[in-house]
Amino acid sequence: MIEKTATEEKVNSKCFEFVQEAGLSRRAFVQLLGTGLLITVTEGISIGQRSRGGGRSIAVAARVHLNRDGTINVMTGKVEEGQGPRAQLSQAAAEELRVPVDRIHLIMSDTGLVPDDGITAGSRTTPSTVPAVRQGAATARELLVRLAADRWKVDAANLNVQDGVITNKKTRQTISYADLAGSSDVAEAFKQSVSSDVALKPVSEWKVLGESVARPNSRDILTGAHHYPSDVVRPNMLYGKILRPPSYGATLQSIDLSKARAMKDVFVFRDDQFVGCAAPSSFLASQALEAVAQTASWRITPQPSGKELFSHLKEHARTGGRSSPRTRGSIDSALASASKVLSETYTLAYVQHTPMEPRAAIAEWNDGKLTVWSGVDGPQRVQGDLARAFDVPSDRVRVIVPDMGGGFGGKHTGEAAEDAARLARAAGRPVAVHWTRAEEFTWAYFRPAAVIECKGGLEANGSLIAWDFTNINAGGSAIDTPYNIANTRILSAGSDSPLRQGSYRCLAATGNNFARESFMDELAAAAGADPLAFRLAHLENSRIRTVLETVAKHFNWAARKKKVTAEIGVGLACGTEKNSVVAACVEVHVDRKRGQIKVNEVCEAFECGPVQNPANLTSQVQGCIMMGLGPALREEMQFEDGKILNASFARYLVPRFEDVPKIDVHLVKKTDIPSAGGGETPIIAIAPAIGNAVFAATGIRLRAMPMQNALRRQLA
Amino acid sequence: MDARITLTVNGDKRTVVTDPQRPLLDVLREQLHVTGPKYGCGEGRCGACTVLMDGRRTLACVVPVGSADKKTITTIEGLADGDRLHPVQQAFLDEGAIQCGYCTSGMILSAVALLNENPRPTDEQIIEGMNGNLCRCNGYTKIMNAVRRAAANIAEVKKP
Repeated sequence: MIEKTATEEKVNSKCFEFVQEAGLSRRAFVQLLGTGLLITVTEGISIGQRSRGGGRSIAVAARVHLNRDGTINVMTGKVEEGQGPRAQLSQAAAEELRVPVDRIHLIMSDTGLVPDDGITAGSRTTPSTVPAVRQGAATARELLVRLAADRWKVDAANLNVQDGVITNKKTRQTISYADLAGSSDVAEAFKQSVSSDVALKPVSEWKVLGESVARPNSRDILTGAHHYPSDVVRPNMLYGKILRPPSYGATLQSIDLSKARAMKDVFVFRDDQFVGCAAPSSFLASQALEAVAQTASWRITPQPSGKELFSHLKEHARTGGRSSPRTRGSIDSALASASKVLSETYTLAYVQHTPMEPRAAIAEWNDGKLTVWSGVDGPQRVQGDLARAFDVPSDRVRVIVPDMGGGFGGKHTGEAAEDAARLARAAGRPVAVHWTRAEEFTWAYFRPAAVIECKGGLEANGSLIAWDFTNINAGGSAIDTPYNIANTRILSAGSDSPLRQGSYRCLAATGNNFARESFMDELAAAAGADPLAFRLAHLENSRIRTVLETVAKHFNWAARKKKVTAEIGVGLACGTEKNSVVAACVEVHVDRKRGQIKVNEVCEAFECGPVQNPANLTSQVQGCIMMGLGPALREEMQFEDGKILNASFARYLVPRFEDVPKIDVHLVKKTDIPSAGGGETPIIAIAPAIGNAVFAATGIRLRAMPMQNALRRQLA
Repeated sequence: MDARITLTVNGDKRTVVTDPQRPLLDVLREQLHVTGPKYGCGEGRCGACTVLMDGRRTLACVVPVGSADKKTITTIEGLADGDRLHPVQQAFLDEGAIQCGYCTSGMILSAVALLNENPRPTDEQIIEGMNGNLCRCNGYTKIMNAVRRAAANIAEVKKP
C-alpha cells in the first residue's frame, strides 16, 4: 500500500485552509508567489555562507496568516535541520503577536508557500530571519489593532493586545485574532508590506524569546511520526539508483543496459553520462544498477592524491590578483627589527559533514510541473537550479524541505533532487533517490583542506609586533587576528582543490583559529609568558576578554596549569566569528605509547548577545564542542587516484559516546547588542585548545589537523 | 527466489513475499511503510536503523529479512502506549535530547534494550551500550542525561 505521508497531509490541510481563507485557489496562490508581490527565486548565490536572510520587503500576508481556531500560520523559507529555527522563529512570531508560542504554526521551507529568507547557513537565522519574522508579526499586530480601532471608532492607543485578544482598555470590549480570521478587512490590510521600522519588543520585556522552548515537533520525532525527506512516499513511486564513476573525472565510454532492461519491473535510463535504474524497491534497483555497472567502460583522468595534497595546494596558490593581502603598519621592517621571529606552517585535512541522513529526494512531474521533496539548505536556490537544469520556468518548480536529518553546511546543493527529477521525468513516475553513505562520502563535498603559513615577531619585552598569516585554499572567515598587533599582513589565497569543496559549520574559521591560536601559544612559549596572560596582554576586544576570563576562572586555569604532567596537559584558546565570541579550556590525557589523545574535559564560555533559547543554545554549544573533536583528532578524508579510500564510518572515525569528555558550558550574558547566531562559532576554539594542551604535557607541537595522526607521525 | 516471510511488527502480523536476502530495514521502510528505523550507513556502524527483534537490539540494515521470519519486531512507532510515551521517550523529551532527531529512533531503542537488560546501568555501561549509535549533531551529553533519567524513572516506577 502506498499512501501520502502523514506529515504532508498535516501541513497541507493547514495550508489548504490558509489558501482557502485567503480567497485563493492553490494555483492562484502559487502564481501570486511568482508575481513579485511575494518573493520568488534565489539566483546566483554560490556555495558558501552568504544569504539574504529575509531582508527584502514582503507583504504581511506572505509572513502571517490568522486561522479561525486562534492559531496563526507563520511562513519562513528557513529549513529545520536540527539547529532549532522551528522553535526560535515560532518564539519570535509569538513574542510580537503577543500569543503563547504553541499558538504559532510555523510553515517552513516550501517554495510554494513561503517567502525566500535565504539559504539556512552562516548563522543568519538569528541576526536576519528572527528580526524579519518579528517585523512581520509586529506589523500584523499593529494592523489588527488598527482594524479593531476602526471597527470600534476609537483611538488605537486605547487598545492593548494580550494572549491574542485585543481589548479596549476603557470599555473592556474585546475581539480576538480568531474572530478577525478570514475577514475581508484583514485580507486587505495584510496586503501591506512588512514595516522595517515597526517597534519590536525590547529584550528587557521578552516573555517568549529568552525561554527554553522545546522543538515544537519533538513528539513526532520521538514517536517516529515525523517524516524526513528520505521517508516521503508518493503514489506509484519507484526507487532510483544512479551509476557513479569509479573515480573523480572518469567519463563513461560505453555501457550495455540490456541486462537490466530484461529485469522485471526495472526501468533503465541513460542520457550521455547519466545512467540510472529505478524499480519498486531499492534492493531491486541496486541489483539492476550492479548488472549494468559491470558492463561500463570508463576513461580515467589522472587526479592528485592525498599524499601530495599540501604541496599541490602550495604550488597552485593564487597569491596575486584578487587575493591581495590586508596589511597594517610595515610587516617587513617589523620582522627585521624583532628580537625573535617564529615561522611555522599548519595544515588542515579535508573532512566531511556526514549528517545522519544522507542526501535524499523524491521528484514528481505533473503537466510539466516539478515537485521535489528533498533535504537541502536552500529550497529557493535548489528551485532555481532545477529550473535551469530542466529548462522550465522556476514557478513550475516547487521544492519542499521536510525537517531533515542534519546538514552542518553540507547540504547547500541539490544533487539528489536533480538525480530524482531526471529519472522521474524519464520514467513518467515519481522517483525517490536516497544516497548511500558511500555516495555521500564520495559525491557530496568537503570542508576545504588548507596550508596556513604563520610568521610572528616578538620584541625583547615579549610583546608581539609582527603577524604574517596566509591561508591557502580554506578561505577567509575569521582570518583577521583579534589581537592588537601593530604590523600585520593577512592573506586568504585560493588554490586548486583536488576534491570538491564547500561550506561546513564555521567553514574556514576553524582552520584559521586553529593556526592562529596554536601559533599564539608558540609565541607565548617563545616569550616565556603564560598563554592566558600573553593573550590578555594583546587583547583589547572586551567581549573576547570576558569569555576568556570567564572560562579561565571556571576551569581554574592558574592552579591546573601548575599540575600539568607529562601525560596530563591543559590548554586554552579563544576566538571570534559571526559576531559571537568563544573561549575554551581543555584537559587532555596523552598516551605516548599508543599515540592517543583523550580529551578529559572541556570548559567553554560563549557569548552571542541576548540568548533567545537557552536550552537550544546549550545544545548547539555542546554539539559544536563534540563535532569539533572529530576533525581535531581523527577525521581526515583519505584519497588516491581520484578515489576516496575511507568512505565509511568504519574508516572515517567520527566522535562517539566513548569520546565524550566532561563538558562544562557557560553562556555569558550580554543584552545591549543584537543577538547573533550560536550554531557555529563554538566549534572554533576546541582544536587549538587541544593542541595547546598536548604541547603543555609533552612539549610536542602538533601543527596538523587531525592531531592524533600528527602525533603518531611525530612519535614514529 | 522470493520467500514468504511473516513478521509481527509493533503487534501487527505482516506477511511479505520478497527476496530473503533483502535487508530487514528495506522491507520495513519500503514495503511495510514503517519509516521510524532510519538508513544511516547500511553496514551496522551508526545505529540509526536499530529495532528490537524478539526484544533484542538489532541493526536492521545488516539483517536479511529471511532471518527475521516469525520474529517479533518493535520499532519506535510501537513504543508508546497510546498517548502515553514510553519512559525512555519521555526522558528524551524532558531532557530536550533531540537536535535533528534522525538518530533519535535508534538511540531510544538502544536505550530501551540496554535498560531491559540492565535497569540500573553505570555511566560506563551506558556508554558501552550506546556506543554503536552515532549522533552527528553530537548531542551526546543530553542523550546521556536522558538515558540516566529514564533509568531513574523506570526504577522509581518499579519500586513497590
